[in-house]
Amino acid sequence: MMLTPEQTLAVVFQITQLLLVVLAAPLLSGWVSQCQAWLQNRSGAGVLQPYRVLHKLFHKDAVMAHNASWLFRITPYIVFGCMWLAAAIIPIIAVDLPFSQAADVIALVGVFALARMFIALAAMDIGTSFGTLGARREMLVSFLAEPALLMVLFTASMISHSTQLPRIVEALAHHQFVLYPSLAFAALAFVIVLLAENARVPVDNPSTHLELTMIHEAMILEYSARHLALIEWASSLKLFAYISIGIALFLPHGIAEVGNWPVLPLAIGLLMLKLMAAGAGLAVLETLMAKMRIFRAPEFLGTAFLLAVLGLLIHFLLGA
Amino acid sequence: MTQVPFTLQFINLLAALLLLIVFAMLAQRRILSLINLFALQGFVLALSTFVVAYTTRQHHLYYSAALTLLLKVLVLPLLLHRLIRRLNVRWDVETLINIPTTMLVGIALVIFAFNLAAPISQLAQGITRGLIGIALASVLLSLLMMLTRRKAISQVVAFLSLENGLFFAATSATQGMPLVVELGIALDVLVATFIFGIFFFQIRETFDSLDISHMEKLKDD
Amino acid sequence: MIDLQLLALLLIPLFGSGMLAVFGSRPWAAELNSLMSGCTFVASVVLAMRVIDSGPQVAFNEQFFIDQFNVFLVALTAFVAFTTSLFSRPYMRIEQHHGKLSVSMLHLYYSMYQLFTFTMLVALTTNNMGILWVAMEAATLTTVLLVSLYRTPASLEAAWKYFILCGVGIALALFGTILLYFAAERVLGEGGTALLWTHLNQVKGELEPTVLKLAFIFLLVGYGTKIGLVPLHSWLPDAHAEGPTPVSAVLSGLLLNVALCAVMRSKVLVDGSLGTHFAGNLMMGFGLLSVVVAALFLSRQKDIKRMFAYSSIEHMGLITFAFGMGGPVATFAAMLHMTVHSLTKSAIFFAVGHAVQKAGTQQMENIRGLLQVSPTVGWGLALGTFAILGMPPFGVFASEFLIITTAMHEYPWTTPVLLIALGIAFASIFGKMQPIVFGETTVKPLPHPPALIPVFVHLLLVLMLGLYMPPYLADWYRQAAALLG
Repeated sequence: MMLTPEQTLAVVFQITQLLLVVLAAPLLSGWVSQCQAWLQNRSGAGVLQPYRVLHKLFHKDAVMAHNASWLFRITPYIVFGCMWLAAAIIPIIAVDLPFSQAADVIALVGVFALARMFIALAAMDIGTSFGTLGARREMLVSFLAEPALLMVLFTASMISHSTQLPRIVEALAHHQFVLYPSLAFAALAFVIVLLAENARVPVDNPSTHLELTMIHEAMILEYSARHLALIEWASSLKLFAYISIGIALFLPHGIAEVGNWPVLPLAIGLLMLKLMAAGAGLAVLETLMAKMRIFRAPEFLGTAFLLAVLGLLIHFLLGA
Repeated sequence: MTQVPFTLQFINLLAALLLLIVFAMLAQRRILSLINLFALQGFVLALSTFVVAYTTRQHHLYYSAALTLLLKVLVLPLLLHRLIRRLNVRWDVETLINIPTTMLVGIALVIFAFNLAAPISQLAQGITRGLIGIALASVLLSLLMMLTRRKAISQVVAFLSLENGLFFAATSATQGMPLVVELGIALDVLVATFIFGIFFFQIRETFDSLDISHMEKLKDD
Repeated sequence: MIDLQLLALLLIPLFGSGMLAVFGSRPWAAELNSLMSGCTFVASVVLAMRVIDSGPQVAFNEQFFIDQFNVFLVALTAFVAFTTSLFSRPYMRIEQHHGKLSVSMLHLYYSMYQLFTFTMLVALTTNNMGILWVAMEAATLTTVLLVSLYRTPASLEAAWKYFILCGVGIALALFGTILLYFAAERVLGEGGTALLWTHLNQVKGELEPTVLKLAFIFLLVGYGTKIGLVPLHSWLPDAHAEGPTPVSAVLSGLLLNVALCAVMRSKVLVDGSLGTHFAGNLMMGFGLLSVVVAALFLSRQKDIKRMFAYSSIEHMGLITFAFGMGGPVATFAAMLHMTVHSLTKSAIFFAVGHAVQKAGTQQMENIRGLLQVSPTVGWGLALGTFAILGMPPFGVFASEFLIITTAMHEYPWTTPVLLIALGIAFASIFGKMQPIVFGETTVKPLPHPPALIPVFVHLLLVLMLGLYMPPYLADWYRQAAALLG
């Protein structure tokens, strides 16, 4: 099969994005930690710290529990694959990429759910109490976050009449600027979902191993070396993917079109700026908020659901 | 999609914000934050009135906007602040009945209000589309707030927020009632707040608390 | 000329309120209060004469509108306000003597009393639906502090309930008013005329029916709270039972009427616009429900003022029902019932007030044998009870008879419901009042002579309306009924 020059270009774009996300994701995590460090008046470990951690973990020998099954073994690869796929298909630098046919928002939610299911199963596979506890908590949080996320996505797709992310991005980015109150609501809800799904502060704390509060960390306690590295990397990818979805839904302006080479550097630059701003914002949010009791999480996520539903309703009523 | 003028988009945004604030008030546990939210609501209201005045070039709406700003952003919140300081209930935390349930009921109310207002929204020309629905929704939500609150002050804030919803309907949805009516309404609200203030002191003097659950004695047995 | 007469009617109570705000603690404040109310009554009679002679009029740049319907209520309001002020003079003295009221409380009472009269008169005479709302809200505000005048826990609770419920109700009425304006400005254009009832009445056929329907629901619920229609009535028994008796008398006899007048104004617009009986049906439903529920509650009451408050709900329900039926006869009957109910109920409250003062309690089981100690109070209460129960020679009988025969004709299925409810009400009130009036006494004499002239004047009027209705009065009612359709 021969590719037209345009298609070749699109493939090149796609590959660029594929590599870009997988390489840049830890950088984003590092940036968030660094911002947090600055905000807390610490010097911080530098934005490259996640790479160092990954490097260290990849060079260690993996230790496995005796009763670990194949499920436990393959989970890191599946999770990593899912997250990479998700982050790669979201249109962040250009609109019409070959993979973006798959970038349906509902499919994306499914991909995230798949990864979550595997990690929860793996956590219970070993049979330690912490694993089970973490898995249960994770399921509680996601059970509440997922409907809210879907509502957010529905609101966005209502405006563009499509659940395809590229169509949504196109509809928003290439039209005249319009104020959408419904999108504002959806954006607020999305931020809450993002915090919950990525194990960030008010719901979870990625940097502690306090058994009373941890959710995500409790699930991956049994992992070590390369498995842990993959899971950590997947976590950064997930954060990257979520922030990208946020950008695609609410701030897609400036995205490049396929075949428009000269705009690409500009689009990438803009994307970097947006990601940096989002990361800094995340750091500020995390610094300002206190970790809430796990039993308050339903209320917090309920707020997200409420906001998303309100957004949807307002869209119906105001048509905007 | 037809391009709507920017000012209308802005009013729509403010309307949505108003609804959001009412929800925030519904979920708010602390009395102090409740009053601050009320002030914010007043500000959004004044802003939307101002924008409507600017768009429709109705001069008396500027007075309404100024009056709202003065009364609902400055005077009433200040009065309430003074009141809670004097009554020493500044940091009171109120136990509400189950916030998520309240929120769900709230959403149901919003849907109900939107449905009720849908035929009217279709009638309205241009600028007012959908705003009656939002006004009605905030009125109903304020009513819900009155029902779920146990403290006298929160009930009063709910009452004032209800009045705000009505005022929004009056200014933004119908582009302003005659000024004399608006003045009358404003006067009534002000007097009502004063009387509420008098009540707080009487209630506290008599019951030693502002919790209105003390006031459930009168019943038909 | 009409401007001047109206101005006199409205300014006298306003001026009186100002005067009493200054001089309310003087010993002669009660007399000043009566004098002001008397002047208001005279002004209302002058205005009524004028309107009967020359038909409906607008005044002050169309902001006020007086027709046969509201001028009849104006006269009634001014009259009952006047007699109540006469009654409250000795009544409040006795309360003061018993140590239940201080001078400063009386000061508040007198000044608010006049202001309350003013707001009711404004609500009745205004042509502007927005001002109507403002005046109704102001009427709540002026009475709420009167309900809690005694500062007892129970009275505070009652006043709080009254304030919150009526505040919410009246807020809903404002929403209805806004919707009305919303519908009207599309026809009448923006600005002042879109809320004027006379203008609305002219163009009612062009107003948007869906909006008006919704508006009427809000207006009915809102003002219906003030009328005390079930299920929005729960403030009414409390406020009547815990407030001072003169306040109960004016609330029951007047404020409820004024709220009903507001509903009637809306009904005329809405049914005229829809061309159906939508508003009337709603009013009938609410009215019937109120009659039935109030009758059922009557039998369970232990507090005498509470019981008569429920009786007010019952009668207001009956009047709302009759207005809802519409048609010349039912409307005539409803207006007659409004009149006789106002007169009788205030007379009863006057007598009850003194009975309670004698017994020192509002619990009916502790009030016994009034006739032995004070035959006048006893007979006043007994006759008032007879009258309110619809015993034949009194006017209540005539109006209830008219309402029920019309219902039998128009809506036959409602008749048994009404009759059963009235029967239950009769049995409960009659059974409870008998030992209070007759039998061995438990009550003490009063330190000041009671004010019983108003009681008997009211009852005499009610009796007269039952036996013989002066032709000009009947004619007046008929004209008003024709206006309401």
